Amino acid sequence: MTQLDFYTLLPVMTLTIWACVLLLVDLFILSERRGLTAILAVVGLLVTMGVSISQMGREATGFNQMIVLDGFSNFLNLLLLLTGLLGIAVAYGYNRRMGIERGEYYPIMLFSLAGMMLMAQASHLIMIFIALELLSIPLYVLAAFAYPRPESEEAGLKYFLLGSFSSGFVLYGIAMTFGATGSLAIPGIVAAIADGTANTSLLLIGAALILVGFGFKVAAAPFHMWTPDVYQGAPTSVTAFMAAGAKAAGFAALLRVFVVAFPTLSDQLTPIISVLAALTMILGNVIAIAQTDIKRMLAYSSIAQAGYMLMAFVAYGNPAVQAVSVASALFYMVAYTITSFGAWGVVIALEKAEGKGLAISDYAGMGKKYPFLAACMTVFMLSLTGLPPTLGLIGKLYLFRAAVEGGFITLAVIGVVTSLLSAFYYLRVVVNMYMKTGDPEVARETWLDFTIGATALLTVVLSVVPAGLFAWASQALFIALK
Amino acid sequence: MVPVSYYLVVSVILFTLGALGVLIRRNALVVFMSIELMLNAANLAFVAFSRTFNSYDGQLFVFFVMTVAAAEVAVGLALIVAIFRSKHSIDVDQLSSLKG
Repeated sequence: MTQLDFYTLLPVMTLTIWACVLLLVDLFILSERRGLTAILAVVGLLVTMGVSISQMGREATGFNQMIVLDGFSNFLNLLLLLTGLLGIAVAYGYNRRMGIERGEYYPIMLFSLAGMMLMAQASHLIMIFIALELLSIPLYVLAAFAYPRPESEEAGLKYFLLGSFSSGFVLYGIAMTFGATGSLAIPGIVAAIADGTANTSLLLIGAALILVGFGFKVAAAPFHMWTPDVYQGAPTSVTAFMAAGAKAAGFAALLRVFVVAFPTLSDQLTPIISVLAALTMILGNVIAIAQTDIKRMLAYSSIAQAGYMLMAFVAYGNPAVQAVSVASALFYMVAYTITSFGAWGVVIALEKAEGKGLAISDYAGMGKKYPFLAACMTVFMLSLTGLPPTLGLIGKLYLFRAAVEGGFITLAVIGVVTSLLSAFYYLRVVVNMYMKTGDPEVARETWLDFTIGATALLTVVLSVVPAGLFAWASQALFIALK
Repeated sequence: MVPVSYYLVVSVILFTLGALGVLIRRNALVVFMSIELMLNAANLAFVAFSRTFNSYDGQLFVFFVMTVAAAEVAVGLALIVAIFRSKHSIDVDQLSSLKG
């Protein structure tokens, strides 16, 4: 092992070591000063972010090509660190209010983040599996964090059982890929396919099983059954973190494995992925209409958003549009992270103990009583629908363009139609806030307000000047593997 | 030497049994054991392929899988115990307070 090895993995290592130390330090922090743990976790994230920023534009491989550092991983690392910061900001006051302010929350969250970042950097199937488990196991714990509240326990167990089930699929897919190519490293798999020594049918089974497993993780239909229950039952601060982080990490692994290792299988896989994308968009948006609970509605909305992201992924095997597809998927991930955190932040502000304040009808009268929060929520709802002047619209435009350029016009049409459909349930929240009378009670917390305001501002401002972000996403390329 | 396809057949049978167990059985512990069966089916495939390719990669992976499975057991059993304490049952059909 050389210094370069450690350099490539520096962000993940910094975060992991910080989380381990934080776990110990937390023991010496008095329970009435729990906030200190959160602040220390934020410092850790900022240090890691500094490391990641210093690595911008660098390309390297480490640990015998098990770990790569490239534009793609750097982009995702920074996005995931932002997810972590937002996750702590929304959890800070919420956990205290709900009586679940336990010090281990933040270290566990950092461990999960380290797993997500490892996923973005992994270039070896062993590493991808380890990263998958490192991100999932802490999330199982976090989902059940409001123990002994029965909903939270139930969410934890459901997430655990279905998450491990999907890990089983990923693992078996990896085994089949290994059997087909004789290698576990992505460069080795690429070489075996290029030589023609790979067993195509075994490889196809492997790729399909990996797709199923990650389909569970990113909540794509028909593997989405766990999502509404888990998102509803888990503490809302965890849901916000899970919705953005786990999705980004799952897509990171899918993009890297499929674009780099399996482009030759695209003839067989593209039809399957496009059906998955269409099904996810339709199912997510249609079922969301029937929801009366805002957490469940946002859960189905997150399923629908996974469908839109899958749409960018459909054309992955076509070298002409590959770069645009990856860039628009990354751009949409940023848009979704920012917008969904804002929306979940508003949900957190309205939520009261014992699961009150979560019905969409509880938002009635917000526009009069809390004009700032209502305006922010309107921005988030518009962005999730894909209406101007928001980041969601720009993100969807890029996605639809990628789909059309890849020749998937039907898919783009389904995307547009389901977006129109989604306006129905997103705008219902807005209608409730402004046109109905009610007396909602909101918790004002400095960091929560700051998060909501900042994400709303970003959603609007970035939509006016999206070129810089998109240019950055376009440069987030995979390292050329020798 | 036994050809690799024999091992593969056993492994596929184990994996299918595991997946069916997850879908059909209602006791959380049995579901969990079925998941472990799926992981071990993958382990068997890894070891068998490792032998054919004369490489240690697959055997190495099995150690990682066993370690990860142990970590999963720790979290999973803790969750099951917590559920059992509050509901006095670990039947997954009774976990139905979340729906809409």
